[in-house]
Amino acid sequence: MSLFDKFHQLAVTRQALFGDGTVPFGVVIEKVLSATEAIVNGRPTILAGTNNYLGLAFDPVCIEAARGAVQEQGTGTTGSRMANGTFAAHAALEQELSDFFGRRSTIVFSAGYLANLGILSTVPGQDDVVLIDADCHASIYDGCRLGSAEIVRFRHNSVADLDKRLRRLAARSRRAMIVVEGVYSMLGDRAPLAEIAALKRDYGAYLLVDEAHSLGVLGAQGRGLAEEAGVETAVDFVIGTFSKSLGTIGGFCVSDHPELELVRYACRPYVFTASPAPSVVASARAALAALRTGPELRRRLWDNARQLYGRLRDLGLALGPEVSPIVAVLMASPEQGVAVWRGLLERGVYVNLVLPPAAPNGGCLLRCSISAAHTSAQIEVVVEAFRATRS
Amino acid sequence: MVTYEDVLTQTYQILARFAKGQKLTEGTDLLADLGLDSVQVMELLLEAEERFDISIPLNILPSVRTVRDLAQRVQQLMERA
Repeated sequence: MSLFDKFHQLAVTRQALFGDGTVPFGVVIEKVLSATEAIVNGRPTILAGTNNYLGLAFDPVCIEAARGAVQEQGTGTTGSRMANGTFAAHAALEQELSDFFGRRSTIVFSAGYLANLGILSTVPGQDDVVLIDADCHASIYDGCRLGSAEIVRFRHNSVADLDKRLRRLAARSRRAMIVVEGVYSMLGDRAPLAEIAALKRDYGAYLLVDEAHSLGVLGAQGRGLAEEAGVETAVDFVIGTFSKSLGTIGGFCVSDHPELELVRYACRPYVFTASPAPSVVASARAALAALRTGPELRRRLWDNARQLYGRLRDLGLALGPEVSPIVAVLMASPEQGVAVWRGLLERGVYVNLVLPPAAPNGGCLLRCSISAAHTSAQIEVVVEAFRATRS
Repeated sequence: MVTYEDVLTQTYQILARFAKGQKLTEGTDLLADLGLDSVQVMELLLEAEERFDISIPLNILPSVRTVRDLAQRVQQLMERA
């Protein structure tokens, strides 16, 4: 018996599935060429699984902002804001996010994962209930596990099942927090937020929406699904990340509840993590400003999403349920998923291989994420690679 | 008031499709004996929730190893409802 016995089954499964061939953790991006291209295994490769939805990771203004911040403020803050203090740029970023969302206050975290971990482990407490959509991200599950509230799952995007579970809570529903995502990260489908917001009001519950994959993607101003659905005032907490549409790393929570400022003192993932580096904060601020300049990047993103989704559907592939910048190609089995994923890589196309349990319903999928920076010709290369790999 | 025996009988019925012919007892370990993975555990919970018309908090999972553990927790939740 040893500490590592439990990893034996993992090793057996990995060997059976991947043999001695390429595994996802083994893919090395040898040289990044642009927001959409890199050298992988010595081969020019189109990156179609980056989450860099607006292409801002390579925006010249964002890069220059990061460069300037490094030179003026150094490479890191080397500690938590509780201990080392708040840099002016941290406070400025929080104010800019509050302005963007039209909310009272914002807390910036060092990663999107930490934002969910922090809020879900701190705000709901011992006598409270968190109702989470079954397809919620691991950071939401982990935040709940770190906290002390009762955790109840409801069926993915099922308003009826959520209604039933709220009803079972009776008076406790007033201490319940409903947690959903704007766009679900694996299949790219949206939450039925208008109906969920109505339930939240009916039962007097609280509502948290993780807009990680919908910030900059949905809504006339890019504020996400709540804006698109016209229910922002029903959302108590908006969670977001800088690591997707804003092209860097970090996370945040915005809210109108004045108690959010107090959360800073009680939130372990906030207090015990070094604050975001100056370059990260600077590029996030520049990217947020770029996002706010207008809908052009979103329009290009959606044009590209429609092209990829439509062309893959024309090939007869089984896809996620709706057009989205996340295009999930459903595989019949993990073995087929690995084979197609490797075939795409050999043809110079990188997408995400998603195996159970990360893929919903015990399935396997190849997850593409499209960017405003992709050209129409690049999308055709991705489609052709799928066609050739399948045949 | 539902009895433990009632819950246990129905728990066996729910578990039948996960057991793949294995004989089930109160002491059957859901992971070690039936080899359920995390996805199957979630399916099992959903079926039990439908059958008993309760919500089963995920918090109970670390303390549920056997069929007996599951039936006892379900009975407690039904009494609380």
